[in-house]
Formats: sequence, structure tokens, C-alpha cells
Amino acid sequence: MTSCLVVDPSKVARTVACRFLQALQIETTEAADGGEALAVCEATMPDSVLLDWTPPATDGMAFLTALRRLPGGDRPRVLMCSSRTDPDHIRQAMEAGADEYIMKPFDSEVIRSKFAQVGLL
Amino acid sequence: MRPDDVAFLTGLVAEKSGLALSADKVALMESRLMPVARRRGLKGPRELVAAIRGRPSDALIRDVTEAMTVDDTAFFRDTAPFALFRDVVLPQLLERRAATRAFRIWCAAAATGQEPYSLAMILKEAADSLTGWRHEIVATDVSAGMLAKARAGVYSQFEVQRGLPVQMLMTYFTKRDALWEIDPALRAMVRFREFDLRHGLRPLGRFDVVFCRNVLIYFDDETKGRVLNEIRSLMPDDGVLFLGQSETVHGISDGFTPLPDQRGVFRPADGPAPGSPASS
Repeated sequence: MTSCLVVDPSKVARTVACRFLQALQIETTEAADGGEALAVCEATMPDSVLLDWTPPATDGMAFLTALRRLPGGDRPRVLMCSSRTDPDHIRQAMEAGADEYIMKPFDSEVIRSKFAQVGLL
Repeated sequence: MRPDDVAFLTGLVAEKSGLALSADKVALMESRLMPVARRRGLKGPRELVAAIRGRPSDALIRDVTEAMTVDDTAFFRDTAPFALFRDVVLPQLLERRAATRAFRIWCAAAATGQEPYSLAMILKEAADSLTGWRHEIVATDVSAGMLAKARAGVYSQFEVQRGLPVQMLMTYFTKRDALWEIDPALRAMVRFREFDLRHGLRPLGRFDVVFCRNVLIYFDDETKGRVLNEIRSLMPDDGVLFLGQSETVHGISDGFTPLPDQRGVFRPADGPAPGSPASS
């Protein structure tokens, strides 16, 4: 089963995302911040990370950089998600090593489409 | 559909997919369910609901849930047909039309434009091999309202996240306030036209490739057969026809034969087999 680590400071946002992912037969784990997320990845590297990056509230970018330096850290597909939708912000995420970018708010069809886009569905 | 039919369906979809459909979208639900009903020999959505209530089968429930939840208007919808166009059909056109350096593509049910613009993006990415070529994408739809939106080429945040890779969003769209507008150069590659398929296709001219996906399902078999035969007659012998993934010509028209290992892709039955030398 494909796995996804959902990283978001909001418990509500994590719950919604997990429900969408589970409906697609994707196994989910959760982390509230980058530090917690990195600990999860060090223990068991997930197939994908749905990573909130809404500055300044979250440290999504620092986590992504640290993840890509871990052994096997180049393997997970990282889908950045943010309520920031300006092209510069999106480009910055892609240049930092994200595989896809999801603009918030999203619905289940956007999640399905983006996970298909990165080859996980 | 009656209110209790609508309540039953929204309940079913919520249970199966976790999606909350709003009950005020009755017309949309009905238009999505019509093809599912037709495929099963049922008259319409009400009969379909009655069938699920009477004898629910997993396959039927899955079809209904999918029809009501899968967005009709994604870019690169179904992925595979566009990959085939990019990797097989387009290279073949470049080889077979090398003398005239021209080809035409028709999107027969363009709706809000995602399909013709997806093809335009593929052609744009292949621009290096298309230098000096003339190509035209004709996009028709029966709905003037849909076409107005297609022509404008302006999409919501949700629409540009369905089927469109973020790199392509960055390359081919400009953000205007909360909306995303397609590159005018792509818009100029598509000619939009209001058109009813049932009224004879001759005025449209000839096409090397036809996308006629998920529209014939709304017609009865006789009309379907007539439209398919007309499509055949406006296509060269080595043309390609894309129907919807679950559509077939079997028993409806003998003008086309399916391409092996592809869902919903056809070639003229009396044309050259794939891989054979180009016909004149």
C-alpha cells in the first residue's frame, strides 16, 4: 500500500487530507511540524509527503531541504500545499525539490489528480 | 429526479466516496447519470435510481459514484489518450504529412476548452519539430455558454489543478487575481465554433485526428452510427478517432476498428493497419 505523511500544523487540515487520501487507498501518517515529520521519515521513509508550506506559520521548506539530505530522502514524492498561490511562491517550492504543488483550498479530486500526476495512482 | 431520489444519491455518494454533493446540482447530476443509464439500457436517471434501490450491485454503484464525482472537465482527461497522441499519433503525422506539412485536429465536444488546450500544449511542447508546419485545432460544442468560457481561456484554481501538471501551469498560464488565464499564443492555436453534431459534419472540412469523447453516449444508436460514419468520411484512411474510454463502435458503425491495446481509440476499418507504410 502506498503511504503518505501529512504535515500540517492544523489538526483539521490533516484530518481532511487524510480522509481524501484514505479514500484513494493511501495509508496515512501525520505530523504537526517539520521536526516531527523528519523524525517520522528517519524511522520509516514514506512513499509521499503532503507538505504544508504557508509561511511564516510552517517550516515546510526547511523540512524539505533536510528530507532530501537523508539517506533515501530523494525517494518520496513531495507535494507542497499552501494557501499562497502566486507563481513566485510555486516556483520556489519546485526549485527546492517539490514534485508537485497544491493550492489550498483543495478538494478530493485535486488530491486524486495530483497524486496521479506524480505517479502514485 | 424527485427530491427523495436526489437525497438517496447524495447519501450513496457520501457513503462511497466521502464527497458531499450539494442537492441543488440536480441538473448536473442528471446529465452525468444519463450516459450511465443509457449504457445499461435504462431510460434515464430515475430508472437508474430505481435499479440501484431494487437490486444494488457493486459495479452499478461504482459507475454511478464515479459519474457523479469524476470531474468532466480535467486537462489531459484520462491521461492515456493524450500520451498516445503525443507519443504515437503526432510523430506519425510528422512522418506521413511531411509532403504537405499540414494537419487538422477536431475536438467535437470541447466543452470549456480543457481538451483542445491540452492538445495545444502538446503541440507547443513539440514546437521544435513543427517549425514550418500548419496545424489547426477546431473545437466545437453545442453549448454557446461552454464555448464562451473556452474562448476566454480563464480557469479557477480548482480547474487548473485537475489533470494539469504544475510545471505546465507555470509555463502556459498567467495568474490574474484569483483566476488563471491561458497563454494567448495557445488560445490562437484553437478555433472555437458552435456546432451541433447531429446537423451534418461537412461544413467543418477534413480532419486527420478527431477527439469525440463522451458525447455520442447522449445519442441513440441510429444517430451515433450516422455521426460515426460522417466522421469516417471526413477523415483520410490513416486518420485516428478518439472516443471516451468506455465507448465502443461495436454494433453501431463498421467504419472504424479499435486500435489494439488502447481503450477508446479507433482507425478507419478500411485504412492501413498501424505500423504499415503510409497510404497516399
